[in-house]
Amino acid sequence: MSDLLIEAEKDYTGEFLKAKKVQRTKSFLKGVLFLLPSIILFSVFLFYPLFKTIYLSFFLTDSSGATTVFVGMNNFKAIFTSPLFLKSLEVTFLFVLYTVPGTVIVSLFLAVLANEKLRGIGIFRTIFSSTMGISVAAASVFWMFLFHPTIGWLNQILELFGVEAIGWLTDPDWALISVSLSTIWMNVGFTFLILLGGLQSIDSYLYESADIDGASYFYKLRRITIPMLSPTLFFVITVSFINAFQTFGQVDMLTRGGPQNETNVIVYSIYQEAFMNYQHGAASAQAIILFVIILLLTLVQFKLGERKVHYQ
Amino acid sequence: MQHVEMIDLEKSYDNQKNVLNGINLAIEEGEFFVLVGPSGSGKSTLLRMIAGLEDITGGILKINDKVVNHLRPKDRNLSMVFQNYALYPHLTVEQNILFGLHAKKVEKKEQQKRLIETAEMMGLTELLKRKPKQLSGGQRQRVALARSVVSHAPLCLMDEPLSNLDAKLRAHMRIEIRRLQKKLGLTMIYVTHDQVEAMTMGDRIMVLNDGKIQQVGDPITLYNEPANLFVASFIGSPKINLGTAVIRDHHLIIEDSIHIPITTSDIGNIIQKDDLTIGIRAEHIFHGEEDKKTHELEVINVEHLGNETLLTFEIGKELWTAKWLGQWRARVGDKVPVKISVEHMSFFDSKTTELIKPASNTAKEQEVVAI
Ligand SMILES: Nc1ncnc2c1ncn2[C@@H]1O[C@H](COP(=O)(O)OP(=O)(O)OP(=O)(O)O)[C@@H](O)[C@H]1O
Ligand SMILES: [Mg+2]
Repeated sequence: MSDLLIEAEKDYTGEFLKAKKVQRTKSFLKGVLFLLPSIILFSVFLFYPLFKTIYLSFFLTDSSGATTVFVGMNNFKAIFTSPLFLKSLEVTFLFVLYTVPGTVIVSLFLAVLANEKLRGIGIFRTIFSSTMGISVAAASVFWMFLFHPTIGWLNQILELFGVEAIGWLTDPDWALISVSLSTIWMNVGFTFLILLGGLQSIDSYLYESADIDGASYFYKLRRITIPMLSPTLFFVITVSFINAFQTFGQVDMLTRGGPQNETNVIVYSIYQEAFMNYQHGAASAQAIILFVIILLLTLVQFKLGERKVHYQ
Repeated sequence: MQHVEMIDLEKSYDNQKNVLNGINLAIEEGEFFVLVGPSGSGKSTLLRMIAGLEDITGGILKINDKVVNHLRPKDRNLSMVFQNYALYPHLTVEQNILFGLHAKKVEKKEQQKRLIETAEMMGLTELLKRKPKQLSGGQRQRVALARSVVSHAPLCLMDEPLSNLDAKLRAHMRIEIRRLQKKLGLTMIYVTHDQVEAMTMGDRIMVLNDGKIQQVGDPITLYNEPANLFVASFIGSPKINLGTAVIRDHHLIIEDSIHIPITTSDIGNIIQKDDLTIGIRAEHIFHGEEDKKTHELEVINVEHLGNETLLTFEIGKELWTAKWLGQWRARVGDKVPVKISVEHMSFFDSKTTELIKPASNTAKEQEVVAI
């Protein structure tokens, strides 16, 4: 009798497992079905090019990009001994160093200002975020006029104060700073908007409570605003970081990597290598290195950020 | 000494209709003062005006006999507990409690002393290192209280601090807050929409409706002598029984269905004969023993509360409730004898809703005992 019972139970568990398995397969298939469009898109436009790039980086190519000779790691070796590439690496890091803190600090400042409840603040919010709607090309043309050595406003203003004119885009000491300046200006719109959104989602009760406690403006900024904004700040920093590493448009428009390769950031160097020198293999190797750098730095950021960022 | 005084206080948002009108009020030092009213009556607005978080549109606000209309919140020397506690989610309990002292640059030693003292009082010693989201509702509430206590401000404002808690915890916190207030000698202005909370906690209660003061007084006075129909029906649970009434031929006729003979001694100085509304509390509709019953009413609902029984009757178009001590095995449809007498009725003018004459016999059977 008892044996029978146990047997019956065993049977049931088996059937349960089977039913569960069927259900799991079903939901897995459903999930895949939902993911299919993005899987296809990613495969075509992301994974395929990625693997193709890795593949190419081990070869020499002809001018059309077809592989000719397998050279193994030679492309990478050549790159790391090339002073040109090391220079562009240095330039890129400097560029990131200038633009990321610059963008975040300026937009944070503007966002804090624009978050005040004042009459007509909407106008300022629109102005501050408006650079988001301007294309890199248009913005570059606009800055080209500002930077113009003789008729540019910047030099005219300097002249007004009796300062010698600066070759903004032609002086090797200034070119990278000028490009960084225009990049900060272009990125501020987007960053500002995100930060303002973050600020507005902070509960006003917290500030009221702090008011009653007698906290000063800067105390509130330091103890409430910045910590509560930290997830948004983290997001904005990560995105700006990746963007800065991938900058191309304004360099191409403003300086073409010059003067003396002072603004030859990696992406521009890749472009030159591939489409001017037709060295697709070497260009691919550079692209892989850029990818690895961004990946590693982003991972480091996440590791560091985890401890500092406060999520609700 | 008068701690907080309001003279003709007014408030309107964006030049629209006033949400508060002609608020005249004086709150004594060390008093537990409760502001009660339905949703949207302007309680929070009034509290926030006292705190300095809202501009005052008109009138004068005095704290400690000084006009403070123009002072910022931090210069008013008060503390506030917000309805949603307003704890800083990124700070630990300890940092939350010390936030204000830190901002005011109170000495480190003094900070620690007050922290330990307050944490002990609130039973938070074990929780100091936690973040608010790791606390239960009641614990968060205590942190919010601790934050206001630690400031040693003599005036404490609370905006519906118990509304998020379950019934049991709420009953417990009511006692805790009350005890704390007495112990520290705080002047408390406490906002609630719960009349039970108001009745059980307040030294004095102010009933607010539609931005106007309806009545100010101690809980018993509000219960026994409500100034108008609004206060009468707002205070007390179950709700007071109301019915329109007229006086004809020495009879009081309620809702055209109950006739009660009256003498001049019953109605005293009432000269008005029409447009009356009478109110009678549920505990004043007694069970009528054989010889003493005045009416027989049909039961349409019975609620057993354990030690009390609530019976509902239909009087004209009104539903009346009687509260009888003990467990009564009445069934729906039964006709039960009741005793209703004029001496327990309050008379209101139906048109102005003002009180004409309070119930003459409350003290005798209700036994307001002075200890
Ligand atoms: N910022 C505001 N702008 C315009 N009107 C407001 C504002 N705040 C409150 N009011 C209005 O003022 C009136 C009183 O609001 P208040 O918040 O004081 O009500 P309350 O008595 O606290 O209600 P509750 O019990 O629901 O909290 C309401 O009619 C509300 O719509
Ligand atoms: Mg409110």
